[in-house]
Order: sequence, then structure tokens, then C-alpha cells
Amino acid sequence: MASLAATFGRGAMTNGWTDIANADVVLAMGGNPAENHPVGFRFVMEAKRKRGAKLVSVDPRFNRTSAVADSYTPIRAGSDIAFLGGLIHYTFSHSLEQREYLRVHTNAPFLIREGFGFDEGLFSGWDESRKAYDKSSWGYELDSQGYAKIDPAVEHPRSVLQLLKKHYSRYTPEMVSRICGCTVEEFERAAAIVCSTGKPDRQGTIMYALGWTHHSHSVQLIRTAAILQLILGNIGMPGGGVNALRGHSNIQGATDMGGWNTLPGYLKVPHADQASLKNYLEQNTPKPLRPNSLNYWSNTPQFVVSLLKAYYGERATKGNDYGYRWLPRLGETDNLSWGYIFDGIYAGKMEGLVSFGMNPVANGPNTHKMLAGLAKLKWLIVADCFETETAAFWNARKLADKYYSSAPDPAQIQTEVFLLPTACFAEKDGSFVNSSRWAQWKYAALDPPGEARRDQDIIAGLFLKIRALYEKEGGRAPEPLLAMAWNWQNPATPSLAEVAQEINGRDANGQQLAGYAALKADGSTASGNWLYAGSFTEAGNQMARRGLEDPTGLGLYSNWAWNWPANRRIQYNRASADAAGKPWDPSRAPLRWNGKTWSGDVPDYKADAGPELGAFIMLPEGVAKLFATDFVEGPFPEHYEPVESPVENILHPKVSANPLAKIFHSDIDRLGAPEEFPYVATTYRLTEHFHYWTKHLAPNSQLQPHFFVEIPEALAREKSIRSGDWVRVRSARGKVEGRAMVTRRMRGLKVAGKTVYQIGLPIHWGFIGRVTGPLVNNLSPAVVDPNAGTPEYKGFLVNLERVGEKAEPEKV
Amino acid sequence: MNTTLVKAISASPAPGPPFGPGAAKQTHTVAKLIDTTTCIGCKACEVACQEWNDQPFLIGAFEGTYQTLTDLTPSFWNLIKFNEAEQEGHLLWLMAKYQCMHCVDPGCLKACPAPGAIVQYTNGIVDFNAENCIGCGYCMTGCPFDVPKLHPRTKKVQKCTLCSDRVSVGLEPACIKACPTNCLSFGTREDLLAKAEARVEALKDEGRSESGIYNPPGVGGTHVVYVLAHADHPENYGLPRDPAIPWTVALWKGPLKWLGNLVLLGGILGTFFHYVRYGPRRYKDETG
Amino acid sequence: MELSRRGFLRAASSGAALTTAFGFDARPALAQARELKISRTTQTHSICPYCAVSCSVIIHTLGDKARNVTPTVVHVEGDPDSPINRGTLCSKGLSLKQFVVNDQRLTRPLYRAPGASDWKPISWEEALDRMARLIKTTRNAGFEEKDGQGRLVNRLTNMAIIGGCTDTNEINYLLGKFRFALGVLAYENQARL
Repeated sequence: MASLAATFGRGAMTNGWTDIANADVVLAMGGNPAENHPVGFRFVMEAKRKRGAKLVSVDPRFNRTSAVADSYTPIRAGSDIAFLGGLIHYTFSHSLEQREYLRVHTNAPFLIREGFGFDEGLFSGWDESRKAYDKSSWGYELDSQGYAKIDPAVEHPRSVLQLLKKHYSRYTPEMVSRICGCTVEEFERAAAIVCSTGKPDRQGTIMYALGWTHHSHSVQLIRTAAILQLILGNIGMPGGGVNALRGHSNIQGATDMGGWNTLPGYLKVPHADQASLKNYLEQNTPKPLRPNSLNYWSNTPQFVVSLLKAYYGERATKGNDYGYRWLPRLGETDNLSWGYIFDGIYAGKMEGLVSFGMNPVANGPNTHKMLAGLAKLKWLIVADCFETETAAFWNARKLADKYYSSAPDPAQIQTEVFLLPTACFAEKDGSFVNSSRWAQWKYAALDPPGEARRDQDIIAGLFLKIRALYEKEGGRAPEPLLAMAWNWQNPATPSLAEVAQEINGRDANGQQLAGYAALKADGSTASGNWLYAGSFTEAGNQMARRGLEDPTGLGLYSNWAWNWPANRRIQYNRASADAAGKPWDPSRAPLRWNGKTWSGDVPDYKADAGPELGAFIMLPEGVAKLFATDFVEGPFPEHYEPVESPVENILHPKVSANPLAKIFHSDIDRLGAPEEFPYVATTYRLTEHFHYWTKHLAPNSQLQPHFFVEIPEALAREKSIRSGDWVRVRSARGKVEGRAMVTRRMRGLKVAGKTVYQIGLPIHWGFIGRVTGPLVNNLSPAVVDPNAGTPEYKGFLVNLERVGEKAEPEKV
Repeated sequence: MNTTLVKAISASPAPGPPFGPGAAKQTHTVAKLIDTTTCIGCKACEVACQEWNDQPFLIGAFEGTYQTLTDLTPSFWNLIKFNEAEQEGHLLWLMAKYQCMHCVDPGCLKACPAPGAIVQYTNGIVDFNAENCIGCGYCMTGCPFDVPKLHPRTKKVQKCTLCSDRVSVGLEPACIKACPTNCLSFGTREDLLAKAEARVEALKDEGRSESGIYNPPGVGGTHVVYVLAHADHPENYGLPRDPAIPWTVALWKGPLKWLGNLVLLGGILGTFFHYVRYGPRRYKDETG
Repeated sequence: MELSRRGFLRAASSGAALTTAFGFDARPALAQARELKISRTTQTHSICPYCAVSCSVIIHTLGDKARNVTPTVVHVEGDPDSPINRGTLCSKGLSLKQFVVNDQRLTRPLYRAPGASDWKPISWEEALDRMARLIKTTRNAGFEEKDGQGRLVNRLTNMAIIGGCTDTNEINYLLGKFRFALGVLAYENQARL
């Protein structure tokens, strides 16, 4: 998501589920949409049936998406950048790049400073002592007014396009084959289909999910896909885009509402050196890099002040910087994303953890580290519908002795644990935001069972209790706590509709705002999340709308629910037309310019601005970024091996893995070498289960009752393993045991001259549930992407052995 | 549509022309179309079937495949079969829904000696009526698709009803409604056969020259029709190549039809013997 | 084939007269086709809580019309109006009834004391009091007003809050207020996993 934000301006699926039916080509890679998003996949089948669209599946396993694909290419887990880099090379070497699109809508013509370069796996500016880059050589060449210089002919050797071509010239089909393990023919067959969309009237989309995010180089991997789609001219077009398929019902919305370093609406959590609101706004409000850039983030002051008004209400005044001082600050090098939090917990730096509907013991890397860490907490609060492995972590040794016999005995674990029963989805109202950014309202159908409570009541109950303690007894730093507005009609049981209204925002007269254009920086408007201004207006709850009109015939359904930004269904839709505003493909133009206004989808643009304005309004450049300096490992993505890899990087053996990958080094974080752990493991979901939830349900337990290990036939022969045998998979961290599923759907791959086998490990099981089995994260390493903090679940090393025909007897 | 119109009843004389309100309009039969080229094996139809029919869920043994139950059971009427095959060096992973085919000429009904235990409605649905079933299992012999299953406890044979309860009120069967990729469709048999032909044409245009329709003539055609991309090898989908009613059953209801009259009596006796052998019906069934 | 939901429900509740003219009553044949189980339910629009496709579902409940009756879910089906799923669902969405009505659901707060080897029931009041006390103690111990360089930081780094990815936007917003009121920076959801 970070890569999409850096490349296009916003970190979310560019198009939407219904739009996939407009595609001519669908590349399913880094995701298995037929299995993990079966209903979303129906738009792929619709595109195939109605448009004759071609589906290309690239995956370590021949999966259920591959089963209905027009082309399947096997790939080694962790080699995706090489494959996509190969597609970029193929596009240029077959002259399929969309030159005019690149010239108008990307930073292809921008000139990069002298001194930028790439050699032996490292970009210019590498500081070996700090193990980090000095990025100063990566910038644009600026003119005297501070604008980037461009070469309109896009021929300057230091233009982004020429540098890009040069960078990917190494990614020949032969190189792709040697790195990824597919044959040259397999690669070229897929490339011919994917790159056939390098035409104005042919659109291709990419569907990816956690198969791309679960790497130590995930951000750069997704950047590679974004670059490919830009050079093919597939961004802003119906049927195009880079479509990130989120894995949970409201990950998109949860992220929109803030994270460790973000406030709602992707505003940044202040840094310690931003002492005043003025400092903060100066440092966080970007300046345009081209004269025709709208630079929408120039409205940052309106967004921030409105948020502070929603947070601190009447206590936020101009005189006190609207309460800015009450927000917590990050230090310059602080990182409190997932891996760091749990590393901190394991190191004993944390006293308590509150977990709402999450199960870190199951879904975090290196389960042993999770269990040992939680045992060091003073207290743990888990709110969930079902008992989870996290809530019962203290009992792991008893419940799963086979794996955790060395875990501490419950008697030695001093953690106080609260397990709070919550309402499930059907027992609460509120909005879920899907991958397409559509916020859809749901209604409560019944009350929660027994004493279970709605989450809002639990949060409110806890908040009010703590606040009362400070009011009564005083305590450390009460101001931020007492200043926070909690003035719901029923403070102990807030109505979610009322919360939704606050998120949308209101003006000084208490009127609901119509959209984010109405936000002010003078304290006269309050809005809990500027992105959602427009979701709950004076006209009512827009997220509950059920209109089915589709006047463009493109499947926009603009009156069904509501989506950010501003109900635009296809992001960056201005890029669907050329410099003069003429659609690249008149048969499916999301926008039309009549000389005065744009119509069709809600324009992702100033509605009455002429076509000369830049199409990517969220970026200071005004255009999409082929070259982006936002990330730590370089402005162009480069193939790096996973941290645990069976081979050296054949492009540059001295810099094999991502030099900036974050590897946690506690005593429990061990890495394995290929001599001891020769096989590549990859973890994934099955269509029959949802994460670690449905093991509590009888139907899903029927559909996939048993944990299994997918093993290529040739490897199974080598190891005398037959389907159904009991096998053990070990990594440097731990082990799992289960039944062998010997299959032709995975095969040995020739990588750098040697045969590499991959092993498939479905997630979904654990030590609590109607059906139980090992947690596959017993095996995975605490290694994360340095930008996004995503763990490397795809492509780590394991060994495999046959245990016997039956399970070893469990110790009782 | 009105499912009360009966076309054939097991072990009973032919009911004559359809009668009753709506009889004049009853010119179409219904069918289910399974376009296996768009099946993603998501098993939505399996759950939809069991959920709608309030059936118990089962845990199968591990068989080394994504198909976790090997066959239909008395309380599991809809199975997606997963099969692997190879063609011209390419791996095929074929998924196909399996259930009662609702034959035009149902071998089960022909074989059944219990009056009213099996009914064929004029809309084509072949429905089992547990009320009248004597548990003899003859229908299982009569079925060339091996679909009906005898419940070990209730001693009743059960199978897909094509959601006769839903269809009778104008709803599509539960599996059809569930299917996310439109691999399944429901409508009149004529329309769906035409749709199947159009789909096969489209597939052939894409170069999938072995595409075809599975609507086996050995049972007079079926009310469940498949589009197969590899119609030359139906067995790769777990479908019998040339299903036909076993000759024993055909004989029984063909030249030896006079025996059928005796069967009426036999059926009554059968009910008696069923009672004597298994005792009174237990309503608790196995649900839960 | 176009089907009107409301139409079929009317038809379903009105029933159909079953007569035959050939000496055999077909009624038993249909008797097994039970009364349509959704003919008298209350319907509520909801959204599937699993993946991020966000299929619309209709939850059918029985018993919520009468006083003193606890309603229960009898069926969950796809909402045919949704332009996303058009009434369809996957195998997970189709089993949602069993997510709501499930004997493994938690129905009362549980507490595990330090060193204990079992859960013990606890009342909400007692649990909230104890949790609030623990959080306050932790916050008093760990809150930093100033960092090492004397800069204002107002942060709490010795506790973490995670979750929200499967809960609504509104709950996430409330968690955000809760978190910023305490000063918690270690705040995460499922996005990375």
C-alpha cells in the first residue's frame, strides 16, 4: 500500500471489484483470488466470458486460480521482482510502452541529478558503516523556482525513462528464467499476454494480495507492478489498475483510521522536533514540484485542524494550537510497527497489551517468540467472539505439547489475562470498507449472546473507567486523557451512527459537511477523518445507499454505498485521457471533457479545470512516479533474494538479500542456511477457511479438516513420502507436523542451475478450535520489509522428513 | 411453475396427463447447467446445500486431495470432485459439481418397488419421499451415477431434491444461488441447453476444440447438464462415460412391466417388512 | 432467470393446494419439502465480516417480533441487490449462520489470574475495574512527557493496542480516540500480516 501511495498518491486498490469485468487481461500474481476472494473473482470470469479476457496466473503452486487461467507460470517464492522486471524489459524490448501516456502522466521526462547510479546491487549513496543510503543523489534536478526540470522529448540520458530502461535492461527472459525457475518459454507466453495491453484500447489489471506483501522486499515488489502498469498505460483506465486485494473485511478502513505512525486520514503522527502546529504543518505540507501540479496535500492544515477539533472539541482553540500538544510524538528513528512491538514485548519493554479481535500468537511470525513474549507481560486484554491462541497463550504447553514443551509452565506465567466476549458482525451496526474503498453500512440483526458486549461498549466502558480514575485520584499526565472529547449522547454505549457523523464532520452550526472541500483550517469545522467527509451528510448516511443505477455501463454503481475519495470509483481517472482530454479508449472512458467540465465517474481532478493540470493530484509532481525516493532501498525496485534463500542473487552475489531488510536478532530469532534447510516454504490461505476463525465452525471444518503439507512429486519420491504419510517440516525456529499431500501442482524449479523444491503450508489451524493443528508460524522468521514492516511468510527455508504412516502418539 | 404436477411415481401406474391449476402452462421442464470451465472449486454449493437442508457436517479422513469427502452421503448431496489430468504436457485441475442428475428417464424410479417413494414431477425434478421409502436400496442399483445413499440409521435413501421446496415457490435451488462465478445456472431445460450450446461454441472459438455438452442419452438426457472443456473425457471430471439404466432394471420396467402390478403389492409388503426390521421411524435423524 | 424475493416469499407463505386426480396423493412428496424456512423471518442487511470483497448478506432471524423471546439466526444468504455479490456467496459466507450461532462463542468474561492454570468467570464490573486500574498503573509508570533531549513527546510506550481490522470504521475511530487519549504509539492492525 505504501508503494501505491508513493507511486500514484493513495495507498489503496486503484480500481474496484466491479471494474475487473472491464479488463482484457488479468494478471493474478502474489495472490490467488479464486481461492481467497472467490466472489470478487466472479468479475474475472465475467471478463473472460463477456470480453474474452485472458487470465494469467503466476504462482509457486498451480492453484485454483491457475485451474481456470489461460496461462500458468510457476515461480519461486520471493523472485517476483525479477519476473515483473522481466515484464518491464519485455515491454521496452517489444516497443509496447505507451510513450504519450508516459510523457503526459508520469515523471518519465523528469531529469535526475548527476551522480545517481546503480552498481553491483547498490544505488549511489550507500554508506557501508551506517548500512543505509544517503539519498541526496536520488533527487530531481530543480530549476530556480524549485520545480523539477524535464525533457519533453524524454531522450535525455538522465531522464527517468532512460534510467528506467537501463535499470531493467538486465532483466532478460533468460535472467528471469534463471532467477524465478520457470522456463524462458513459460515466461514469454505470460509476457506476451500481459504486455499485449500496451495499447490504448487494451487494458490489463493486476490482482495481488499477501503473496506480494509477505516479503522482506514487499514495497519494492509492488512498486515494480505499479511501474509496469504505468508503462503499459493501464492506470486510471477501467479494466486497468493495480488492485490490492485486502485480506480482512475492514483492513482498508482500519488503516484509513490510523496506525502507529498515522492519524486518521494518513496524516502523520507528529515528530518530537515538530514542537508547534506551525512546525508540524510546515514539515508535512508538500510544495508542488511542477507548475501544473494541483498538489492536494496542500490542504493538510484544513485536515489536521478539523481532526483536532473532532478530537478535543471545545478544548481545541486557536490559542492552544487546537490541542496539538496533547498528541503523542515519535522520535526520529522510532518504529512501532508489528515486528517492533512484539520484539519489544519479548524484550520485556511492555507491561500490557490490548487486542481487539486479533490473534497475534497465530498470525505473527515465529510463534515461539510470541508465546515467550506474552509471558513477560503484566497484563493482557483480549476481546473476541471465540477463545483464541493469544488469549490462551499461557496454556500452550498443555494444549500443544508437541510444539511447545519448552514453553513455561502456567504456574510460572504471571500475566493477568482478561478474555472479553464480544458481539460478532451480525450483532453490531457500522461500516466496513472493502478493497475497493467502498464503505458499506450494516445493521445489527440481533443482540450478542449471554453477557457478550458490543466492542463500542467495551471501549467506552474502559475509557470512562480510566478517565474517572484520573478525575478522582489524579495521576501522571492527565491532560491528554481528560481533553479527549467523548461527548456522545450515551457516553457508555455510543451509537455508531453518531460516531460516523463525527467522522464525516460538521461545521460551526452543527451541519454535517458535504465533502472535504468544506473543511477549514480556522477551527470552524470538525472532522474525524477528512477522507470520509461526504460519507454522512445532511442528506443522510451515504454508506447505506442502495442505488443500482449504472449510466456509464462500466459497473461504477456510484449510488451504491459510498467510497473515498469523494465517491470516485476509479482512482486517477483523469489519466484515462490524453494531454488534450481525449480518452485513450473511447469505448470505456470513465471521464469525458466537454471543454468546460468533466463528467462520468466523479473526476479524480478539479472538475472544471482544463486538461493541462497534472492527473495525479495527490503527488507534488502532479504525475505518477516511475522514479520514487520514498523508500529506503532505492528509487527503482531491484531483485533481492529472500533473507533465507537457497541460492545467491545471480545479479549481484555480494548484495544478495535486501541490504535494508529488517532482521530481528533476539536470542529466539534464528535464521537457517540452505545446507541444513534446503527447501523453500510458502504459507497461504485455502478457500475453505477464513484465517484462524473458521476452525470454530462445523461447515468449514468439514471442508478442510486437516492441516496438510503440499509436496512436489519428485521431492516426495526422493524422500519416500506418499500422500497421506505423516511428515515433519522444520525451520530454524520450530516445526510443524501433518499429512503429506503429494502433488503435481508443485514442481521442482531450475534456479541458477540447481533444482529448488518448494513446500506449501496452509495456515488456518491452531491449538484451539473445533478442528486443531499446528500453527505454521512456528516456522516463519521475524524478518520484515524495512518500509512496511511486513513479515517474510513467502519464501523462507525449511527441511522435510517423513515421520511415518501415522501421527506420532501425542504425549498425554 | 407448480411442482405438484407429477409425471411419474415409483411402483404406481402412470398418472396420466398433468392435472391441476397451472397444468396448461406446464410446458417447460427445469434444469441446472454446470459450466465446469468457470468452476473454481470454492465449495460454496456444497455448503449452500447442507445449510439450506439443515444437514449435519462431517469430518472425513485425509485422502491427499482438496476433495475432503470422497463421495456423496445421505446427508451430503452436493460434492465438488477434484481431479487432476494432463493434456499435451499441461496440467489440468478439473473441478466439477456432482449431485443427482435428475434423469429424464430415472433409473432409480424405475427400480423402486415402494409406491410413492420416488416421484418425478412434470418439471423434471426427481424427488425422494422418505415417508414412503422402505430402505431396500433398489434405487441405488438403478442409478448409473451412484447418487442415492442409504442412511445407515434411518434406513431411508436420500439425495438432492433440486431444492423442490425452493423451486415450488419460484426460487432457484440453494446451490445455484450461491455460486459466485456463475458456473451454475438454473432455468428451463430448453433455455439452458441452448445456453450450453452457445457456451460450447464460444469455447471452440477460443480453440478449446474438445468442448462439449454432457447430457447422456443412456438415461434419456438429464435435468442437470454440463459444459465440459474436455468432453471427450468425462471420466476426468468423475462423470461416467456412457451411463445407462442397468439392464436388470430396464427389463423390470420394460417387457416385464406386468410385474409392476405385483410390485404395488410388493411395496406394501416392503413397508411392512421395513417396519418389522427397523422399527418405527425416528424423527430425530442424525442432525446436530 | 429473474426472481423477485418478495414475490417468492408471498408465494411461500400462502402455500399451495395439493390435489391429484390419479388416486395418489402427492402431498407427502412435498411434505418433506418443509415449509420454506425463511417464509416468516425478519430480514436484516449486513456485510460479511471475512475478506475484503464485502459481500452483502441478508440475515434471517426468527423470534424477534415477540416480547421476551431471544431471536436466533435461522439463515444467512447473499443479498441479490448487491452489485458486488449479486446474491452469491463463497463457502465461508454461506456458513455465517454458524459463526453467529455457535456453541464455542464466548458468553461471559473470563479471567486468568497470575500463575493460574484455568479460566475463571468474572463479572464485567469487576473486570473493567481491574483493567482500568492496570492500565492506569502502567501509564503512570511508563508515560513520557519529555524525551532525552527535553522535547515534548507526551507518549506511552510500555503498552500496545492492536486490532480493528475486522471491526467497523466507527470502532476503529473510537479505538483511535482511546489510544491517543492514553498516548499509545504502539498501535497496529492486521494490514501488515
